[in-house]
Amino acid sequence: MIAYIARRLLILPIILFGVSLLIFSMIMMLGPYQRLSTYINDPAQLKGAEDVDQLVAKYGLDDPFYEQYGRWIGGVVQGDLGWSESAGAPVTTAIANRFPATLELALLSLIPVIFGGIILGVISAVHHNKMIDHIIRVFAVIGWSFPSFVFGLMVLMIFYGVLGWLPPGRLSNWATEIVRSADFISYTGMYILDGILNFDFSIVLDAVRHLIAPVITISILWWAFILRITRSNMLETLKKDYIRTARAKGLADNIVVYKHAVRNALIPVVTVAGQMILGLAGGLVIVESIFNIRGLGQFMANAAQQLDYPGVLGGALYFGFLLILINLFVDVSYAIIDPRIRLE
Amino acid sequence: MEWQEVVKRLLQNKISLLGILIIIFFIVIAVLAPWIAPPRDPDEPYLIPRAGWTIEPQAPSEDYIFGTTEGQYDIFYGIIWGTRTAFKIGLVVVGISTSIGIILGTVAAYYGGWVDEILMRITDVFMSIPFIIATIVLVTILGQGLTNVMIALITFSWMSTARLMRSQVLSVKEDEFVQAAVALGANDFRIIFRHIILNTIFPVVIQASMRMGSMVITASTLSFLGVGTPEGYADWGQMISFARNWILGVEGNPLNYWYTLVIPGAAITLFCLSWNLIGDAFRDILDPKLN
Repeated sequence: MIAYIARRLLILPIILFGVSLLIFSMIMMLGPYQRLSTYINDPAQLKGAEDVDQLVAKYGLDDPFYEQYGRWIGGVVQGDLGWSESAGAPVTTAIANRFPATLELALLSLIPVIFGGIILGVISAVHHNKMIDHIIRVFAVIGWSFPSFVFGLMVLMIFYGVLGWLPPGRLSNWATEIVRSADFISYTGMYILDGILNFDFSIVLDAVRHLIAPVITISILWWAFILRITRSNMLETLKKDYIRTARAKGLADNIVVYKHAVRNALIPVVTVAGQMILGLAGGLVIVESIFNIRGLGQFMANAAQQLDYPGVLGGALYFGFLLILINLFVDVSYAIIDPRIRLE
Repeated sequence: MEWQEVVKRLLQNKISLLGILIIIFFIVIAVLAPWIAPPRDPDEPYLIPRAGWTIEPQAPSEDYIFGTTEGQYDIFYGIIWGTRTAFKIGLVVVGISTSIGIILGTVAAYYGGWVDEILMRITDVFMSIPFIIATIVLVTILGQGLTNVMIALITFSWMSTARLMRSQVLSVKEDEFVQAAVALGANDFRIIFRHIILNTIFPVVIQASMRMGSMVITASTLSFLGVGTPEGYADWGQMISFARNWILGVEGNPLNYWYTLVIPGAAITLFCLSWNLIGDAFRDILDPKLN
């Protein structure tokens, strides 16, 4: 196992280097003048047109690729990602301010995705080729085909427009005032957790009410994904010899299915966790901009619309690095759970 | 399993048959587009004609059977010509990215060693950034337009095929028929194409069929976020982005502008559904675990 983890840790810097090189190559597709904005931290630096040429020379934007990469990565390591025009702040600050909203949404979305997908997948497999299996699968294919931006807008149209139940944004106006007041201490920036820590449960309820629609929209796609894998693994496991043995011993069907089969069928589901996390992160861009949640995804979407290059590139780099670390964590914990992995 | 057998089973399965019928329907629309919705300017058929210059959408009427969306763009015209856009995106992006994936995956597995190591680490790097985010970045830098959207989608969608192909090739590489070909002195190129790719292609085809839908969704998402096709281009995603300001309707009737969202939404969902139905049935037929 140590060899496996060591190999993963050795590859890590190579992947991080590769991702930074990939993103930097995309920056370099822009001309020196467009790229200048990456180096401007304060609009006051630009006074006149003649300053621009001086700045291009000063920051060496016509230098060879490797020199420019070296300088850029040096800044990135120190947390300098340039000035974001769309956020009106340095990219690093903008990312830090918006991260809690995204983390809250992403963590809450994992609950319905994982439990909904697994439970439906097990039911589907246990009732293989019966009516309920067909119904669940039809819903899965529809969920998988429904673009999240269409689904999200329909949810907004019906549950906000018609029924008025699930409003967009993160909090109602009255709740925003409380959260911004001096009495309310912001521990994490995630309103549900902060509400609990401040013993103000009206905030918690309001935050939950605002999160229901985005969480459903983001999870609809991945329910189907997890369901499909759980079902396929369950079907395979149910045919294994040890399941037949358990049945032959006269164990009740429920115990065989839920104690013996489910546990073993779920192990491979963990392997797709990395792929799912990447997909969820992409979904955040759409869902946050539809439901007007001030998170990282909305920041990326706004930056792209306003051609704010430092914002887009900084956001992508941040997402990339974060997800690489999460995936490393998932893989290593998987290796600890399942000895077969590290022997491969 | 032979091709004929697979096709026969696809046609016997009610679910995949439904998918095939929906796709045929879309193909007919795409082919007959110039007759169903004749363009005002034959040189620019992808520009949606406008019924006026006011902003507010108009409900379906005799002249505009699906109504008009924000800016008076004709929804019916946009749906019909948008079908061609969808096929163009799907076929070009899936075709090219799948070919790249097949070549890289096969080369990595066949030659192994450091070639494999380098190619797979490059694959890891490209897979590290979420797909939508990576395409947003590239389109932002290349600029709006359908061609740039397709370039961005291709650049970041070949990796899963490459990985799949690599594992497929690894599993047949040591098989006797490949060893026999090597012993007979066939060259690498011939072994790879005649003996390996033809024997490992099915899972890649399934993946490609499922990707037809998801590539069209991603392209539409880019248009929806305002970085895809230019304004007025016949593209389903853009029509939905027009609907965005109108989903809350008017005072007293929240569903007043339902047609601006529901009609293009139905078109794109049906398109993706049909490819996924086929892909799903395909996978069941070929999945040895389920037989």
